[in-house]
Amino acid sequence: MKTTPDNSGDVRLSGISKTYGSFTAVHPLDLTVPEGSFFALLGASGCGKTTTLRMIAGLEEPTTGTVRLGDQDVTHLPPYKRPVNTVFQSYALFPHLDIFENVAFGLRRRGIKSVKKQVEEMLELVQLGEQARKKPHQLSGGQQQRVAVARALINHPRVLLLDEPLGALDLKLRRQMQLELKRIQTEVGITFVHVTHDQEEAMTMADTVAVMNGGRVEQLGAPADLYENPRTTFVANFLGTSNLIEAEVGTRSGDDIVLKAGDGKLVLPGARCTAPTTAGGKVLVGIRPEKISLTHADDAGEIPAGRNRLTGKIADASFIGVSTQYVIDSPVCAGLSVYVQNVERDGRLVPGADVVLHWSPAHTFALDAAQAIDAGTEEEVAA
Amino acid sequence: MSTLTEAPPPLGPAAPEEKPPRRRGRFTPYWLLLPGMLWLIVFFALPMVYQASTSVQQGSLEQGYKVTWHFATYWDALNAYWPQFLRSVCYAAAATVLCLLLGYPLAYLIAFRAGRWRNLIMILVIAPFFTSFLIRTLAWKTILADNGPVVHALNTLHVLDLTGWLGWTAGDRVLATPLAVVCGLTYNFLPFMILPLYTSLERIDGRLHEAAGDLYARPWTTFRKVTFPLSMPGVVSGTLLTFIPAAGDYVNAELLGSTDTRMIGNVIQTQFLRVLDYPTAAALSFILMAAILAMVTLYIRRSGTEDLV
Repeated sequence: MKTTPDNSGDVRLSGISKTYGSFTAVHPLDLTVPEGSFFALLGASGCGKTTTLRMIAGLEEPTTGTVRLGDQDVTHLPPYKRPVNTVFQSYALFPHLDIFENVAFGLRRRGIKSVKKQVEEMLELVQLGEQARKKPHQLSGGQQQRVAVARALINHPRVLLLDEPLGALDLKLRRQMQLELKRIQTEVGITFVHVTHDQEEAMTMADTVAVMNGGRVEQLGAPADLYENPRTTFVANFLGTSNLIEAEVGTRSGDDIVLKAGDGKLVLPGARCTAPTTAGGKVLVGIRPEKISLTHADDAGEIPAGRNRLTGKIADASFIGVSTQYVIDSPVCAGLSVYVQNVERDGRLVPGADVVLHWSPAHTFALDAAQAIDAGTEEEVAA
Repeated sequence: MSTLTEAPPPLGPAAPEEKPPRRRGRFTPYWLLLPGMLWLIVFFALPMVYQASTSVQQGSLEQGYKVTWHFATYWDALNAYWPQFLRSVCYAAAATVLCLLLGYPLAYLIAFRAGRWRNLIMILVIAPFFTSFLIRTLAWKTILADNGPVVHALNTLHVLDLTGWLGWTAGDRVLATPLAVVCGLTYNFLPFMILPLYTSLERIDGRLHEAAGDLYARPWTTFRKVTFPLSMPGVVSGTLLTFIPAAGDYVNAELLGSTDTRMIGNVIQTQFLRVLDYPTAAALSFILMAAILAMVTLYIRRSGTEDLV
């Protein structure tokens, strides 16, 4: 392993792409992962996220472009010469070696003789000190996962790559491991590149999330930023749920844009519209379900002025504990989702009731209508 | 605690009272065992007992044999034929090593590199089984014939000088030498090596190779530290499947060898069928069996693959 003494340990992908025959897994892609960050590549299966990860690891040769770690061009280095380690999906622990030897594997290959202290410290970090002499198959899924992390981290890689590391764990364990991985990352300060299809996982753990779709990065940013300001329908639908309503651009009033949706008008800040806004053009108005308040039609007069409002009828309501999720059919758009916190439940809000949906214009965003409205929804991704 | 945890019973017709299930299948396992047990008793256990009793008999063909508990036959047989025993073990070991050296790369190729050719190569490995063992061994007689191309080539390349110096061949001949017998054994038992090797190599998860590479192992180190240890079950069963029949084989030594290359199988065959000295032949068989059993046990212990197999 060659290490160059430089401060910038950024991972820089420039123009990197991968094609298999006539199939393009990854379109030319530029991406910089800052040193020390927790970076997530998020997307549905087949979106090219794993291929991108494998190109950083050296397990796939990019068709075009370069991979740089700091100042070092590693594009054509085989995996065993790269200062990068991977936590594989389903872990790929060596079944014939015990936990200690699994973790010591990388150190031994680099000719380090006294590994005992380092391995024991690393096993402590992942809380597996007691299990050192067991074989991988004697451990639970969560423990195996931690061995895989320890086996990679002990080499102090410049970058740790995680390929769906939590995919095989059950929900509760996954939550626990998310926090644990985040803790480890903060503790060791190594750059983590994490591939996942679970948007919640990506948002919980990562500083920066790159949402990938069809071999391209759709949008990149901090989780909250991506959630609040999606720039495409794919991101709006894939990260959480969005209500997207088709609307017509009306007039501008100051910084705000006024849109016509059916009979009503909706207002949003001009800065939150990524679509061209020529008068009469179409846009998709987006609003997150938890930002909407529900008021029974009888009390419509009590809604403060200046809020965006739509009328509708409750089609379905499901109580899920912390909140109640409503599906509301509005004349402008059927099947709107609304999540209402269960603070003071209005007994009149049952299926069939007429309601008014209202929300602050500041929470509204607008997207270009020239894209599939259902991109990134669960049904579309599954299809 | 006496909280109510049971859901109220659903309304509807009362469930019929449950009867304890009848233990109808209690004897089924034994019925299923029966054919196999019968087969083993008739064709394995009884002949073994018969042979064991023959080995401690005395007498002659004309006057008949009687059980006299004459265990000295074992000692005499071992004394008279220990060179053939030693030779059998050496030839079988040599053939096993050659099979491993030839078979491992091929099994590796089929398991990891053959792609769509995999099935074709597998068929080619098994194809020789479609002809008889005898015919295949006779074919080697032609291949290694004194005026054949193989001997000619080896002679031109001065390989025969080397093998002659090592004592594997004699003069300008390959036929009727140890080399010919070992070649025949290697050829005939090669598929028994390749098949188990392939099976255990094929089971290895490809991601383990990637993981080893990711953890700074060069390809050769990956093979030494990951692939080979994980294929040990195949190596052990392959070597056993080759060594055990090779040690008891007599066809190769009979057809490709000479009187100087007689193996213990040839001795047993001669004692049974030509000399008609049944006690000695039976005693030799038991000694061979015991020797193989001891060697195999030791080998499995040493290779430490009990938990891998």
